[in-house]
Amino acid sequence: MDLEYTEEYREYRERVRDFLKGWPLQGEEAKLPEAEQATLFRERGIRAGFVCRNVPADYGGAGQAPDALKDAIVRDEFYAAGAPGDSISQGAGLLVPTLLDFGTDAQKQRFIPLAISDRERWCQGYSEPGAGSDLASLQCRAERDGDHYVLSGQKIWTSNAREADWMFGLFRTDLDAPKHAGITYLLVDMKSPGIEVRPLKGMTGGMEFNEVFFDDVRVPSENIVGREGEGWAVSRATLIHERNLIASPTMMRDTFNDLVDLARRTVLGGRPALEDLGVRRRLVEIEGYVRTSETSNMLQFTASVRGEPLKAMRPMMMAKLYSTDTMHRIVRCAYDLLGAEGMYSPAPEDVAGWARNATSTGWVEAYMFSLGPAIAGGASNIQLNIIGERGYGLPRDQRPPEA
Amino acid sequence: MDFGLSEEQELLQETVRGYLANECPPARQRELFDAGPGYDEALWRGLAEMGLMGLAIPEAYGGAELEVLDLALACEVLGESGFPSPFLGHVMSAAALVEGGDRDQQTRWLPALADGNRIASVALCEANSAWEPDSWACRLSGETLSGSKLFVPHADAADLLVVGVEGGRLVLVEASAAGVGIESGEGVDRSRPVFRVDFDEVPCEPLADDPRIADRLCDVGRVLVAADAFGAATHLVEEAVEYAKTREQFGQKIGQFQAVKHQLARLALDIEPSRALFWYAAYAVDHLPEDGARAAALAKSHIADRAMEAARAVVELYGGYGFTWDCDVQMGFKRLMFDRAFLGNPDRLRERCADLAGW
Repeated sequence: MDLEYTEEYREYRERVRDFLKGWPLQGEEAKLPEAEQATLFRERGIRAGFVCRNVPADYGGAGQAPDALKDAIVRDEFYAAGAPGDSISQGAGLLVPTLLDFGTDAQKQRFIPLAISDRERWCQGYSEPGAGSDLASLQCRAERDGDHYVLSGQKIWTSNAREADWMFGLFRTDLDAPKHAGITYLLVDMKSPGIEVRPLKGMTGGMEFNEVFFDDVRVPSENIVGREGEGWAVSRATLIHERNLIASPTMMRDTFNDLVDLARRTVLGGRPALEDLGVRRRLVEIEGYVRTSETSNMLQFTASVRGEPLKAMRPMMMAKLYSTDTMHRIVRCAYDLLGAEGMYSPAPEDVAGWARNATSTGWVEAYMFSLGPAIAGGASNIQLNIIGERGYGLPRDQRPPEA
Repeated sequence: MDFGLSEEQELLQETVRGYLANECPPARQRELFDAGPGYDEALWRGLAEMGLMGLAIPEAYGGAELEVLDLALACEVLGESGFPSPFLGHVMSAAALVEGGDRDQQTRWLPALADGNRIASVALCEANSAWEPDSWACRLSGETLSGSKLFVPHADAADLLVVGVEGGRLVLVEASAAGVGIESGEGVDRSRPVFRVDFDEVPCEPLADDPRIADRLCDVGRVLVAADAFGAATHLVEEAVEYAKTREQFGQKIGQFQAVKHQLARLALDIEPSRALFWYAAYAVDHLPEDGARAAALAKSHIADRAMEAARAVVELYGGYGFTWDCDVQMGFKRLMFDRAFLGNPDRLRERCADLAGW
């Protein structure tokens, strides 16, 4: 165990910091729309070798040799500078790793460069009204018609569907196959005729997700990822990436620090709440979970770097639930500190993006929003099944025999 | 940047685990628990021959000159099996001597502590849970010590006591010296019995006059107790999982009921990730002086609480059998009662963490 960085990595960090002096953009560039500035800087980051390090240069990435430590240094430094680095959009974060694993060369050429720069936006079409935790029971049809598939049915809880140019999704191609075997992974142009997107308002008041309806939507058969009927395996890989996106100890630590600030400026019995013994104890108890997340993440990271991920199998399985539980503890404590102000409705600016946790209404939004990650990507009860059954070998639930 | 164990560290754990599985299987452990002295000379010898007692003692004095993390990894394994031994107080005493002993004191004591021929323990707590060095009231006048200490583990087996005195200093006392009175404290954890020790003008030798030595001793102790609790709780959860795979009610294994499966998954979730928490605290005590004290208190408070909660749930999961003296679960449960209280309970340590953060 050694938490020091060697000379090579200290130098690398300095190079990253030098590069980051170019953010925020200056002069004429600073007048561009925000999204345009982010894309511009991200593309510079790719050319400098810091962004999309692991995406091959042939597909628009930086094509650097794999080095998880350098990935981590880049992530930390970009985060600290507030600079746009590796996108965590659904395209760059979820689709690109899947295409790198399962896509054809033509698909990689066509889709990856625009996904990593966020010039093309993606949404994920998995859940359906009748297929949530039991995702494999999905019914949205893709029927073969010559060199096309014809889609009919519905998806739901689709984030970013209104802005998205493309959807990656799961569709049933074979009604007679066992339920996991009849599923195919397809890339769907959201501008195709027959697609209708209806926004769903979230409980925070934000338009967070959508319903997507397919009425005889034609998809060229070259847009299949993996083979027909193998979509389930392809999607499993994506789900793993999604859980990785949710479990971010850095975000958790930032939110915890915001909570300490809230306790400092909240008045309790005529004094700052941070001086109250009960509040102090509770904050440190929550920090126990935060620090556990951080250090367990380091442990998992080292296991991956050493090529021994199996040694960290259990904590990896637990990371998603641990982080959403911990986030809940943080926002629940903030909500308690708000007292009567917990009755406020989130303000429009809180709902518009990630709340800054600087105002009472921002914390109200954060309190409610923390439910989102707890449900998305496998709800907490499903996580407990995974931990119990795959992590500890407890007997599986009794399920009806498959057709 | 590498946050993982070395091959030697993994081997150390496997070796100790293997030794205890062979030499102290559950039936033997139960005999020792029921008998109550918390100590078996042959087993102590066996562990000493593996070099366990000298892990963090300098090579010059017959030790392996390793770190707090190595001690913690040993404690984790001892905690798993609820192994009865004076290991905790012994290695804490050695750590105090390494930090604060002069050459003469080290030469006299460290080789005998490293090979386990002499046993040492720490006498820290006073009335009203006064664990912190700045709350110690035992009086040092010249080179004699007077006062009382509580919850001294294995004082009856010890040759040497490292005693905390007023001003946050530490002194060495030979347990056989005139004026030392040792009385059973009737502790709940029979694997580590505790004693009240009275000192009536007992000759003693002060360690170096530096408050950091006692502070560090408490930090090291908190890390070791956290590791012990992690091991004990991990073992309890593993045992409960095995029980749920075999016990049948309503015509099926109880582990198939989601109520039970999810409860076990929650216990595992509370315990397993915190392995990294005590690793980090152990590393910090040696390498990150600005964070060591706080990391040790945070790890101990967190793991002790989560472990005690898990132990309660495990007893309940076993049902009526879990509540019996015969069920081995009670041994782990009581091990955790010791770990939770020793060197400060979670509430007290959280106050310390808040203070150390400057809140």
